[in-house]
Amino acid sequence: MAENLTVSLVAADRTVWSGEATMVIARTVEGDVGVLRGHAPMLSLLTDAVVEIAEVGGDVVVAAVDGGFLSVAADRVSILSERAVLAAEVDVDQTRAELDEARGLIGSEDEAERRVRRAEARIRAVERAR
Amino acid sequence: MAVSLREYRARIKSTESMKKITRAMELIAASRIIKAQQRAQAAAPYARELTRAVSAVATFSNVDHPLTREEENPKRAAVLIVTSDRGLAGAYSANVLKEAERLAEKLRSEGKEIDTYICGRKGEAYYKFRQRPVVRSWTGFSDQPSYDVAAEVGAALIESFLKQQGEEGDVDEVHLVYTRFRSMLTQEPTAVRLLPLEVVEAEEGGSAERPDPSDVLPLYEFEPSAEAVLDGLLPQYVQSRVFFALLQAAASELAARQKAMKSATDNADELIKKYTRIANQARQAGITQEISEIVGGVNALADANSGSE
Repeated sequence: MAENLTVSLVAADRTVWSGEATMVIARTVEGDVGVLRGHAPMLSLLTDAVVEIAEVGGDVVVAAVDGGFLSVAADRVSILSERAVLAAEVDVDQTRAELDEARGLIGSEDEAERRVRRAEARIRAVERAR
Repeated sequence: MAVSLREYRARIKSTESMKKITRAMELIAASRIIKAQQRAQAAAPYARELTRAVSAVATFSNVDHPLTREEENPKRAAVLIVTSDRGLAGAYSANVLKEAERLAEKLRSEGKEIDTYICGRKGEAYYKFRQRPVVRSWTGFSDQPSYDVAAEVGAALIESFLKQQGEEGDVDEVHLVYTRFRSMLTQEPTAVRLLPLEVVEAEEGGSAERPDPSDVLPLYEFEPSAEAVLDGLLPQYVQSRVFFALLQAAASELAARQKAMKSATDNADELIKKYTRIANQARQAGITQEISEIVGGVNALADANSGSE
């Protein structure tokens, strides 16, 4: 049995992060879950939120996902999300502008709430990573 | 003679400038193919993981989902045709459209009506010229499709699939016609049925998308429930299939363009060679004629002089 978890964080058009990790924390629709080695096979839905991956060396990788799935099986963790970004890749100013714009659109556009949630998740990811 | 010589020179010149253009397009296409292939490869892990997840849910729960349900007597079928935005790619678009016609013929013989959806300006123009109705079309991205576009297309297809029979715009099947990228040399137009989904082991996609058959799927726990997970998974699965098709089509389009432009450049070379030969011949003929005219003139003068003495 492997010592660590093999984690891959995959967006629709690329692999955002992959490697060995000791722990993964993600927010599913039912609440936060932490995955350690030997976790039971699980497949769950994620919400727009922050995912934390504790790397083997002690560093923590923080990423924002907009929905998607978490699948755990035999110490392999895959996080699937259409648009996943690492905290380091988020352009904070642009995201804040996007957040303000989306907040202004709430009520007039269906997409607005989704956009707000996505932007908030990204900003949270950046703050968490600091 | 001198006139036609000038004409040939002009023709050589224009062929040369045309050759420069086709050569440039060939090189551009060649460099973009590599990028397109990389994009297709980068998208493979997502498709693979998604397929794994979907087959896991499908294996362990007998959920009946609207997206996998077969209509008892299908009346309408949607066909999404993926063509290119620009021409100069040889028979690329024509081949896809031909494949689409074949599929349409088959569907009609099964008694289904057809709703056409199109990606790419070429396909749009083809249907417009023939004044055939198109339900929706998307253009402007054929050589580098983004996931957002695929998601939009997928969502539109799912929406019309989920409508009840008899409702406006309802379809009972969704087919996808695109060009599959086999290698730089072969791209084949392919028609696949997208919806209702036949989940386990999608036949298309090659080895990259298929999970390893030796893997025994573990007994998953589903949160919040198998139905909810499937509800979230299947639309994304459809969108990722559409994305996959778009990426394949993009790579195929570029490969077809490169091939077409390469043969155009070769043809231009041939033409230049041919015209140069003809021009040389014309030049020599001109010189020969001038010489014989001069010689003839001199002789005539000499004859006249000797006659008068």
